[in-house]
Amino acid sequence: MRLPLSALIGLTFTSAFVFIAVFAHLIAPYPIDLSVGKVWEGPSAEYWLGTDTIGRDILSRLIYGAQITIFVALAASVLSFSLGAFFGFLAAVKGGWIDQLLSRGVDLMMAIPALIVALVLLSVLPLNLTVLILVIGVLDSTRVFRLSRAVAADIAVMDYVEAAKLRGEGGVWVIFREILPNALSPLVAEFGLRFIFAILFISTLSFLGLGIQPPLADWGGMVKENKDGLIYGKAAALLPAGAIAALAISVNLVADWVLTRTSSLKGGRGG
Amino acid sequence: MADDTLLQIRGLKIEATSYPPGEPPKEVTLVEGVDLTLARGRVMGLIGESGAGKSTIGLAAMAYGRGGVRLTGGTIRLNGRDIRLADNRTLRSLRGKEVTYVAQSAAAAFNPAKRLMEQVTEASLAHGLLSKPEAEARAISLFDKLGLPDPETFGDRYPHQVSGGQLQRAMTAMALCPRPDLVIFDEPTTALDVTTQIDVLAAIKEAIRDTQVAALYITHDLAVVAQVSDEIMVLRHGRMIEVGPTETIIHDPTQDYTKALVSVRGLDHAEKPPAEPVLRVEGVTARYRGTTFDVLKNVTVDLPPGQTLAVVGESGSGKSTLARVITGLLPATQGRITFAGRELSGDLKGRSKDDLREIQMIYQMADTAMNPRQTVGTIIGRPLEFYFGLKGAERDARVQDLLDQIEMGKGFADRYPAELSGGQKQRVCIARALAADPKLIICDEVTSALDPLVADGILKLLLNLQAEAQGAYLFITHDLATVRAIADKIAVMFKGEVVRYGQKSDVLAPPFDDYTDLLLSSVPEMEIGWLEKVIAHRKMESAGN
Repeated sequence: MRLPLSALIGLTFTSAFVFIAVFAHLIAPYPIDLSVGKVWEGPSAEYWLGTDTIGRDILSRLIYGAQITIFVALAASVLSFSLGAFFGFLAAVKGGWIDQLLSRGVDLMMAIPALIVALVLLSVLPLNLTVLILVIGVLDSTRVFRLSRAVAADIAVMDYVEAAKLRGEGGVWVIFREILPNALSPLVAEFGLRFIFAILFISTLSFLGLGIQPPLADWGGMVKENKDGLIYGKAAALLPAGAIAALAISVNLVADWVLTRTSSLKGGRGG
Repeated sequence: MADDTLLQIRGLKIEATSYPPGEPPKEVTLVEGVDLTLARGRVMGLIGESGAGKSTIGLAAMAYGRGGVRLTGGTIRLNGRDIRLADNRTLRSLRGKEVTYVAQSAAAAFNPAKRLMEQVTEASLAHGLLSKPEAEARAISLFDKLGLPDPETFGDRYPHQVSGGQLQRAMTAMALCPRPDLVIFDEPTTALDVTTQIDVLAAIKEAIRDTQVAALYITHDLAVVAQVSDEIMVLRHGRMIEVGPTETIIHDPTQDYTKALVSVRGLDHAEKPPAEPVLRVEGVTARYRGTTFDVLKNVTVDLPPGQTLAVVGESGSGKSTLARVITGLLPATQGRITFAGRELSGDLKGRSKDDLREIQMIYQMADTAMNPRQTVGTIIGRPLEFYFGLKGAERDARVQDLLDQIEMGKGFADRYPAELSGGQKQRVCIARALAADPKLIICDEVTSALDPLVADGILKLLLNLQAEAQGAYLFITHDLATVRAIADKIAVMFKGEVVRYGQKSDVLAPPFDDYTDLLLSSVPEMEIGWLEKVIAHRKMESAGN
């Protein structure tokens, strides 16, 4: 199968980002938290993208930032999808009071703005990566729950699911073997979107000082650190912002491609 | 007489691009070399299986290609001009004015948010043929002609407020309203119950005769088309097989394929004697949760091993609900079900694995009854694994056995449902049921979504399998021809009750009760003039009217 151009671009950039993230310590020219130059130096042979608000190399920080940002966002998204999809499917398949309990619980969580819940939780809990991932993952899972439940509700009334129930199959088989494969297309599309939302969420939290803590750096935090430079015409804040945008677009190009692939799979709903 | 010719199609070729998954797109020829001449006021029946290109040809008569279908060759002369390559302006001016279309599913073809009158008169008003009061007066007279209730106010209703048969007639009124020269009827009665089908068919026939309109009547049912057309064209795989006057096609077909179509309902089945039942349904009453009326009322039937009980009735008669009660999907509110000497729990959850294994179900729509993401091997193999713990090579060997039993042979185990034809899909569903080694198979309208010849094959297969494995079938259907072909016992259902029940020979022998008589007389027969005869001797209105 020939790769469409958009998918090719998306794949290239996404894999480049992942490569950089994985091998950050080999690629980065300087350590993450060392002031190596003067404040807000412009790009030079020594510091390719210049230096930041306290003279750290921006390129190195971007590279280390990629590691943190992508890892946390990915972990949070995987968590939110595992939780959201499983409970969403469960609610759709079981119905009755289980559905009521889960759905109303989710409604309750969604009624409070996610950012406020996150801020409250993070100001109470110890600030480390695990807590951050858990908080983002759980908060995001409510959205995934709604989508999964809606998708699964459509699938759960199909005759083949009824046939599985008549056979005496348990919930695990019904959820993972009958429903999940058929719900994959919308979920994959949603994953591309949710992953980016997770990055933005981390960035927002970091910007507010409750996300990734120094000396670690993430792209959102870097924007915050360097925002004052904008006043003096320094581009230091725009570079991490651009990195977020580039990652967002490339990941979604890949997600779009996976979506068309899975929906035209043999026996897919579209084909 | 050249000036009498309304539609003349010569050497029509229709192509489309198909996108098979995982392969480069390819060009497919849907229709080739079709010639058709239709004089004013005549009715031509187009008949063939699904995929024969009959709808495609019908739409080509208004120079329309559905979903990327292209009319690539030949001429389509309507009223003396070739419209195949006509520009959109010309086409717009003739569609809805010279040619109109009646779709198969009226329920899907009407806009649910608009009143019927607005939709019925739309084309006449859009083309400026009639003023609003004129159009409405014409619509009302058409409603009257088509036998719709309260023609004066019928148009004020919304589509969901009328029955399926009425909606189909409203659509016919819509097509006739602008006084077109040609109406294309695309399977207008296929989605209706047999008893309703007759009313609609009679209404359409009368309307065609009175308005002197020409028509292309598309259907897969030769008996239906024989009632309304002057000529019949038999199509297969986009080619003409045979064309001629209705009389000739029905009584004296020359081609083998046409002969097969004419004789398709010849299957007959010798009734087995009464015996001790394996399934006993006693006084079962059931209702759906949250509703206030019983969909099943005191139903008592039984079924001996190795025999077939046909449950017959129109949609809404409760026949599928009976299946749901027996399988435990809908617990009965009263009555009991005994199976193989033990009483079955009303609820699915209360049944043992053996209870579940011994009652298997085959669905009407094989498409939705199989998980599109599982291979045939998994679909058939899962019951083997689940009930008998078969694994690996042993399981694969048994899957192949079952595939052989359903006459499908090698190479199918790795395929996905989307890669099978309709008949093959239904066969796989049968194999899945057989895999559980059941004592009872519930067949819910298993042949009604299939073409007649394919359905015939499925029925023969089921009968052969019954002779081998001595399984009992509970066969739910609305089609009495199918019943004759397969049943030993028959239960006729009407509005949730069993109105007639017994051995096949008793149920199908007079004297009949009114409903059974209506049902029996409604099955189209391949005989010219049958429709008029039936209408003349009917004693009661159909339930769906």
